[in-house]
Amino acid sequence: MEMGFRWDFAYEILPDMLLATLNTIIAAGVGYAIALVVGLFFLLGQRTPSKIINGINREIVEFIRSTPLLIQLFFVYFVLPQFGIKLSAWVCGMITIGLHFGTYLSEVYRGALEGVSKTQWEACRALNFSTAYTYRKIVLPQAFPIAIPGMGNYLVGIFKDTPLLSTIGVAELFHAATAVGGYNYRYLEPYTMVGIIFLILSVPAAMWVRKLERTVNVAQGKIKQ
Amino acid sequence: MSYFAFLAEHGTTLLLGTVTTIKVLVCSMILYVIISMIFGLMRLSKNPIIQGIATVYIEFFRGTSLLVQLFWVYYVLPFFGISLEAFVAGVVALGLNFGAYGAEIVRGGILAVPKGQWEAAHALNFSPAKRIKRIIIPQIFPIILPPAANLTVELLKATALVALVTVVDLTFEAKQINSITWLSAQCFGTALLIYYIMARLALVPFLRWLEVLAARKVGRGKA
Repeated sequence: MEMGFRWDFAYEILPDMLLATLNTIIAAGVGYAIALVVGLFFLLGQRTPSKIINGINREIVEFIRSTPLLIQLFFVYFVLPQFGIKLSAWVCGMITIGLHFGTYLSEVYRGALEGVSKTQWEACRALNFSTAYTYRKIVLPQAFPIAIPGMGNYLVGIFKDTPLLSTIGVAELFHAATAVGGYNYRYLEPYTMVGIIFLILSVPAAMWVRKLERTVNVAQGKIKQ
Repeated sequence: MSYFAFLAEHGTTLLLGTVTTIKVLVCSMILYVIISMIFGLMRLSKNPIIQGIATVYIEFFRGTSLLVQLFWVYYVLPFFGISLEAFVAGVVALGLNFGAYGAEIVRGGILAVPKGQWEAAHALNFSPAKRIKRIIIPQIFPIILPPAANLTVELLKATALVALVTVVDLTFEAKQINSITWLSAQCFGTALLIYYIMARLALVPFLRWLEVLAARKVGRGKA
């Protein structure tokens, strides 16, 4: 077998890899969208008047957060069909990623809400604003900027966890690389290219999130320009 | 088959897998702590080459996916004549990946030590090495342990990935049992429970205890 990096082979598989990258981006985007919504539900579950519901919600979040995404994927993919629910690998993957990262995002939301000063609430009460009005006009506009960096971080996080989807057969980038590598019995080029594509996409994204974080901190007066 | 019958038949296998998972966790934990310390300090070096190396390392490992790194270490390194055993490859990949995240935590911790401490050590004519070792490092533990604890729980979860490069850990055993018996709910459910118990009842209390210990050492917290 020829040693070293074979550029011709790399060039040959490039179109396939780029096409699969598109799938990875779609998977990350859809998973993120679900996670954003699921996070809201977990957040609401934490803030109900009932202590029992809050406690149950807390335990569910803790359970999902402290168990591996990989086994959760297997669980959803293999167990649901036993109860008669047949879903494609794509749907299973999206649900699992949405649930898993939804728990993380609910913490981001919670932190952002708690980041709004208590005096803001007191001032709204003094002005006799309704709770809904307070949330809509006073609290959420202030909480949202605080949540942005955390939300951005998890977008990058989800993107980097999409290769796990290949284990249940979702045809994303890593899956394509494994398939191409197995077919030609050369893993050097496909896996290296996957790494490079990930770097090209996620390093600028992470830098952008860091810049956003700085902007938010400056706007809030936490650090000087 | 009842759940107890399932446990009676496959419980030992899962427990053996758990032991391997714990071994992977402990080894990669030691590796990542060492790497974080080294690269965290390098990141703050005034020498642009040393700082550059650390920055490239950190950005590289944080920018790519752990699974890709793991497969690269296990399947691609042999092309360059370096064949690692699955267990070693898993520990190395985990250690390198989490070391990059840890290095940023260490860097943040060092920056968070009040400036007066540096100046005082300087005024007392401590050598740079002694300043870091005796004054700064002991003070960073209470700062870095809470984020490091989160990272370590993430590490426990990430150890599941080594199953994909044929390390016979808890995840691997669960998959194996699933493919023999097709009792998916039982075997993956049990695996999830074991990971949960390891995280909530062993790892997290241990890390909290470390936090209390570190706070006490620098005179914060209750004696």
